Order: sequence, then structure tokens, then C-alpha cells
Amino acid sequence: MEIKTIVYVILAIILAPIAGGLLAGIDRRLTAWFQGRFGPPILQPFYDVIKLLGKDRQVVNYWQIFCVHIYLVAAILCVALFAMQSDLLMIFFVMTIGAVFMVAGAMAAPSPYSQLGAQRELIQMLTYEPLLVIVFVGIYFVTGSFKIDEILAYDRPIFLLLPLLYLVLTFALTIKLRKSPFDISASHHAHQELVRGVLTEYSGPYLAILEIAHWYDIVLILAICSLFWSTSFIGMVILLAVTYLAEIVIDNVTPRMTWKWMLTYVWAVGISLSFFNMALLYAKNF
Amino acid sequence: MGFFKDLLHKSRMKSPWLIHFDCGSCNGCDIEILACLTPVYDVERFGILNIGNPKHADILVVSGTVNYRNAKALKNIYDQMPEPKAVIAIGACGTSGGVFREAYNVLGGVDKVIPVDVYVPGCPAKPEAIIDGVVLALEKLKERQPAKETEPLVADLKKAREFYENREDRQVTG
Repeated sequence: MEIKTIVYVILAIILAPIAGGLLAGIDRRLTAWFQGRFGPPILQPFYDVIKLLGKDRQVVNYWQIFCVHIYLVAAILCVALFAMQSDLLMIFFVMTIGAVFMVAGAMAAPSPYSQLGAQRELIQMLTYEPLLVIVFVGIYFVTGSFKIDEILAYDRPIFLLLPLLYLVLTFALTIKLRKSPFDISASHHAHQELVRGVLTEYSGPYLAILEIAHWYDIVLILAICSLFWSTSFIGMVILLAVTYLAEIVIDNVTPRMTWKWMLTYVWAVGISLSFFNMALLYAKNF
Repeated sequence: MGFFKDLLHKSRMKSPWLIHFDCGSCNGCDIEILACLTPVYDVERFGILNIGNPKHADILVVSGTVNYRNAKALKNIYDQMPEPKAVIAIGACGTSGGVFREAYNVLGGVDKVIPVDVYVPGCPAKPEAIIDGVVLALEKLKERQPAKETEPLVADLKKAREFYENREDRQVTG
């Protein structure tokens, strides 16, 4: 491994949670602005996490603690693998392991809220994971590789060839961000029928670890989004900014849906959009 | 260590998460508490969130009188909150029992069951007074230390198992 790669990995591991936290803060500020409120300071997510780290630990059982730490390690590993410009499929599998352990930790507690939240989280995973694989396959069709360094070497923005697949990826982004209409397993806003859903039984420092892992996850998905305009820095920033702004607007204008609606809508729209995009790719080749 | 301590105290001041428990209130105080979340008062600008889960909360906001039926539920919610925590009693009923204090089924104010840090009087209490009460509670919460973690994790796990096995003794209903 080269020195450059090691530096990239260390930088990514340090900067990713900072970027994720800032993004969450800006998100809350913008949401407040849309609702006619002033909103919390931009650094609010960091205050929340530091406060949670300083709280007394309340242990439900061994599994919960174990699962939280595995989730964090998997999230960090994903970002590190991305910085190493490794294989997209490898990143996908590691990400899945983290998500599954998060659900397993919620299942380990007998609370009905956390159980129901865990079931819904599993359905969310069932919804977005096939779509992510389809997106990766689409990238493979265009660039001929799953390796990130070879995708980056492609001389045109992939977005121009795969615009519909990018839309499909934003479905996965919305689900991962836990935003409306897909915030059925746990909401960042209080007052839902599930208390805090899958997060109910995690408390104190363990909730803080989950939050940090969540920031890593968000940064990873946004990094995958950024692959779609990797040729110019300005194009990449504009694409990400527009995507995230659209996420916040959608979060504010849509209500929470049921899991059945989510599954049928996201699969139907996502798979048909991917199909059209693939058909377009083939039509272009002839 | 001073830097980290200051950072922790500052974060505690800036991110109080509330849980609101209606202990038999007439809803007058409840509506005023919820009014704090609206754009007019917007308590989220101080980082205050109304979180629906005692395990995540720092401050327990109780409105209404305590009676023999809901005293157990109130104690249960208080016990589920991890340290450091604070309790605010809202309104005439929450602070003392109000006009119901002589009723045969009423225990009195919230302080009859759990230790209260801040009393916010009023019938109903004004949203400004409630926000003021939260700020006062934060001053007390800031310096509070979580219970010393001298016990190893294994002891905690054992306690968790015992807690789960005794769950039927703590049942509120039935």
C-alpha cells in the first residue's frame, strides 16, 4: 500500500464524522427555516453526541453493546474502503453487515417498540439493498469495473449516461438518511407511534456511537453519489448540494408512509427506472 | 481534563432533551408545554427536543397531580432515565396538588414521589415560564456527575439480567 492511500484513509476516517455532523446541523437549520423557525446552532449534533457520551450507561444486555460496536466498525471500514478506492461490491457487503448488526442489537431487547422498529428497519434494508446493487451494476456497464479507481479514471461524468439510476440511488439515500416518507423505522423527530423505533433501547454512550456510525453511513452514500460526477470538483459539489437540498425539501413536504407503500413504490419505480436506463444504454451502443 | 469537562458541561447546557409526562393534568399545562415547540417560542433553537423516550431524555417535565394509580408509572419513567437527570414540576397541580390536593385519591405534588429540581407555578404555566424553568434545571444539571463507573461492565450486565427477571414485580397494570 502506498503512503498516499494510507493518508487518504486516515483523513477520511477523521473527516467523515465531522462532515456528517455538520451536514446534520445544516439540515436541521434548513428544516427549521422551512417551518418558519429559527432552528438550533449548526454544531447542535456535536453537542448532542458529546452530551450522550457523558451520560451514565444503561445496559440492557451483552448483545446490544457488541452490536453497536460492530456497527461502528463496519461503518468506519466502509469509509476506509472507499478512501482506498476499493471494490464497490465489497463496500456494499460491509455496509450490510453493519446494518444487520444494528438491527440485531435492537432485537436483543424485549421492548416491543425496539422489536417493531427492528422489523421495519429490516424491511427498509430489503427495499434499498437490491436497488444499490442495480446501481452498482449500472456503473459497471458504463465503466467496465466495480473498482473505484477505475470508475474515477472514466473520462466522462457517469451521471450523463445514468441519470435515472442516480434517481434510484437517491431513494436509497433517503432511506439511509431516515427521512420522510421513508422514516418508518426510526425518526429524528420525536412523537411517532414507535417512540424512537429501532433506537428506543439504545441509550447514553451507545446512542452516541450509533449516531457517529450514522454520520459515517451518510458520508459513504454521498460519496457514492459523488462518483456520478467525478470528472470535475465543481460539478460534484453542485450535484451533491442539489441532491441534499432535494432530500430536505422532500422530507418537509411528505408524510410518513407505511412499509407496504414503501416496498411497492420504491421497487416498482426503482426497478422500472433502472430498466429504462439500461435499455437507453444499449440503444446508444447500436 | 479541564477542557473535556468544560466541553461536556457546555454540551449538556446546549442539548437538553425533554420527556413530558402528563400525570393527570387537565391538559392546560400540556398545551402550554407543546406551545413551546411551535414557531412562536421555538425551543429547538436552544437545542431542546421533546423526545418521547425516557432512555434518551435528560429532563422529565411533569404536569398534573399525582394520584395512587399513576405514582408507580411516574416512578417507573424516572427510574428509566439515565443519570444525570433533572425533574421539572409544571403548574399549580404539579408543584403542590393544586385544587385537588385534598381529594381522596390524590397524593399531592410530583415531589411526593420523585425528587423535583424546579417548580414552575401557574394555572396554566406560561410557555415563557416553562422555558425559564428548563434553563434553571440546566444550571443544576450541568455540574451533576453521572454515577461513578467503578462497577465493571459485567456487574452492569448481571444487574440488567436481574432487572429483566424481576419484570413482573414492577408491572404498573394488572
